[in-house]
Amino acid sequence: MADSGVTGEFGSSEGKDLTKEEKQRLRKEKKQQKKNKEKKDDKASQESEKEKKSATSAAPASQPPTQLPAQKAVPAPAPVPVPASEAPAPADKPAKSKAELKAERRARQEAERASKQGKKGEVGQQASTGQIQSQHQLPEHIQVDNPDVLKKLAKKLERQQIPLRSDYGYKVSLFSHLHQYSRKAPLTQQLSIPSTVIHPAIVQLGLQYSQGIVAGSNARSVALLHAFKQVIRDYTTPPNEELSRDLVNKLKPYISFLNQCRPLSASMGNAIKYIKKEISNIPSQCKEEEAKSKLLNCIDCYINEKIVLAAKAIAKYSIEKISDGDVILVYGCSSLVNHILCEAFEKSRKFRVIVVDSRPRLEGREALRRLVQRGISCTYVLISAVSYILPEVSKVFLGAHALLANGYVMSRVGTSQIALVAKAFNVPVLVCCETYKFCDRVQTDSFVSNELDDPDDLIVTRKGKTQLEDWHQVDSLGLLNLVYDVTPPDFVDLVITDLGMIPCTSVPVVLRVKNVDQ
Amino acid sequence: MPGPDKETDLTERIEAFLSDLKRGGSGTGPLRGSAETARETTALLRRITAQARWSSAGDLMEIIRKEGRRMTAAQRVLKIIREEYARSRGSSEEADQQESLHKLLTSGGLSEENFRQHFAALKANVIEAINELLTELEGTTDNIAMQALEHIHSNEVIMTIGRSRTVEAFLKDAARKRKFHVIVAECAPFCQGHEMATSLSKAGIETTVIADAAIFAVMSRVNKVIIGTQTVLANGGLRAVNGTHTLALAAKHHSTPLIVCAPMFKLSPQFPNEEDTFHKFVSPHEVLPFTEGEILSKVNVHCPVFDYVPPELITLFISNIGGHAPSYIYRLMSELYHPEDHEL
Repeated sequence: MADSGVTGEFGSSEGKDLTKEEKQRLRKEKKQQKKNKEKKDDKASQESEKEKKSATSAAPASQPPTQLPAQKAVPAPAPVPVPASEAPAPADKPAKSKAELKAERRARQEAERASKQGKKGEVGQQASTGQIQSQHQLPEHIQVDNPDVLKKLAKKLERQQIPLRSDYGYKVSLFSHLHQYSRKAPLTQQLSIPSTVIHPAIVQLGLQYSQGIVAGSNARSVALLHAFKQVIRDYTTPPNEELSRDLVNKLKPYISFLNQCRPLSASMGNAIKYIKKEISNIPSQCKEEEAKSKLLNCIDCYINEKIVLAAKAIAKYSIEKISDGDVILVYGCSSLVNHILCEAFEKSRKFRVIVVDSRPRLEGREALRRLVQRGISCTYVLISAVSYILPEVSKVFLGAHALLANGYVMSRVGTSQIALVAKAFNVPVLVCCETYKFCDRVQTDSFVSNELDDPDDLIVTRKGKTQLEDWHQVDSLGLLNLVYDVTPPDFVDLVITDLGMIPCTSVPVVLRVKNVDQ
Repeated sequence: MPGPDKETDLTERIEAFLSDLKRGGSGTGPLRGSAETARETTALLRRITAQARWSSAGDLMEIIRKEGRRMTAAQRVLKIIREEYARSRGSSEEADQQESLHKLLTSGGLSEENFRQHFAALKANVIEAINELLTELEGTTDNIAMQALEHIHSNEVIMTIGRSRTVEAFLKDAARKRKFHVIVAECAPFCQGHEMATSLSKAGIETTVIADAAIFAVMSRVNKVIIGTQTVLANGGLRAVNGTHTLALAAKHHSTPLIVCAPMFKLSPQFPNEEDTFHKFVSPHEVLPFTEGEILSKVNVHCPVFDYVPPELITLFISNIGGHAPSYIYRLMSELYHPEDHEL
């Protein structure tokens, strides 16, 4: 330590005040170095630590750049550039090695920090990013490949006395993080009768969802709200309990049950949030009858405003966009789009409709029936023929299941394909969606969060032969039946909502405005 | 007299074959393999060559032109006849084939009268050449399959649509040495993708069947798209099973290479004209069954069988003579067909 000794002399001759400050700083440095020591494994770094300590104890300010530990963002206010110019000459080699070691240390610490955060993320439920935002909980239904999450879910359902639905069939590896159920094994078969925990209206609703009797975003939300109204009517507050808290707790197992029957949609999620908020806002001195009627009223208002009146407003805006002689293409069965077309027909617009349908759900036939009954002239094709029929089309109207915060449209699988082909032929694409379907999530592809329907639906019998009958026996064969897909915003030209006609990229603005209102 | 009997027998056979071709879509099973059709056509033409009465090459060409108006393989045979004739006349083949502007102006068009010369050995030569053509037809699938390992690497995800025997052989050949994953889009309404998937999975390839509607949703995870086709048009475009255009657009959007496996006999000198004239339709019953009776009368239903795919969306053609870019197809056309036979 010849060089440090030399500089030490130099430093101490400078000024006692400086050295005092320096000493305080050095103490801090030492503390940090001790922390570093704990995190380190290398002997070499420890050696350099010792070197450093002895060096710092000897010479305060001589080599500020090399003396300070990596964490200190603020460089030494001291200064001494003069000795620094001297010092590097003889101390070249050790200085470099110190810098190298520092860099190593830095890299190692960052790696450890990252791995710690990674571990936290894996556990999932507790992943909190601390300073940034509120806790970000990953929903359970997209973590099926994590056994811890499954165990937690099983425990929760046991507590609530709801049976757990088991997955069915071989799952394609890309989707192993999602559930896949069979329609032939509904959840209700595992329930005991009479069930004390779950209200019969909810059981009926769950069955209707899982068998596909009630399908479509609006229909499911309205059915859910009606079932909740029934629940509220039959509810009595137990003694020593407050209505606002107890009712919310009662609703939780119902929601889990419905989730098991069929994953909740974005619109249903928003409706449930609204109801819970209303319930918890009920003042405690309110009498039970009054509270219940107030809640029922709220629900009715919600349905009326967000669904019925919204549909009327959207129809009004859309009719401006439909001109005489138009050929309009629609996909699948969207209650909103059907409503718009029927209204436009009533207002004596002359147009014809092309209904595009796809296997295996074949929902387009339902839309076809409704439109033909009104007297609208229709054409019907399957989705593989869409590039044949598109040159005739002047506009495409699509419905949506949800609008995500980054502008992507989540809708029935096949929607993005139609938007793609329409874009290639330069046909305008209009999406119609009520504002209560806007949700905070973001998603860029159709894999991370989706719903897998019963894979047996893809099987078809033609001319007496069913090719895929024994797909279970064959090891390397899998069937994939997706329900939703996301359409990027550059394929969509306009979104018609009850607030007006907006481009896809304005969705987060609407969400913000809504949150501020509430 | 055996002569006229033979002739009537021949015409009957031709009639039967043509009506079979017309019914081919729904009778013997959807979309009869084009290889079979080509083989049978060629065999039939060979029979015509052998049995019909003709004295010169010109006559023979007339007969074949008359019978083969609906068969593209006839054009290959016509080309063969011209070649043989030229060879037997002693002039070099290359000189005949080069349709340079200079030649056109000086020779004033290859005159038809030249073909009136009679050569005894012509018949045998022509039949021999047709036999060669037949063996070539039979070997095409294997030739294409042999190139599979050059194009597929391990752990790839490959997408295909419907059912093509060429692609099936291609993938099975590659599966012997490499492990990869195949996604098959069933092709509604005929759902031929199901057959393809069962056959591929029996060969040990990891297969997934998806509905047509999910093509774009899944495309972001796909590395390559390999498809077969019914015909390759003169501009490099395709006439393929319906749904292929959507697949090609999705591949283009994700910049995924689109590879078409097509043997040479599928090349057609036709250019795509108005879309209406080259579509083939089948009964709409496939799309909307008669059980939906009450609305059926008020609704138009379309069920096209083929799609046109423009050449800009295609990356590579793999044929029995190797791989080509779509812009090269017009050149191959001139090697296989004589320009005067383009209008049959």
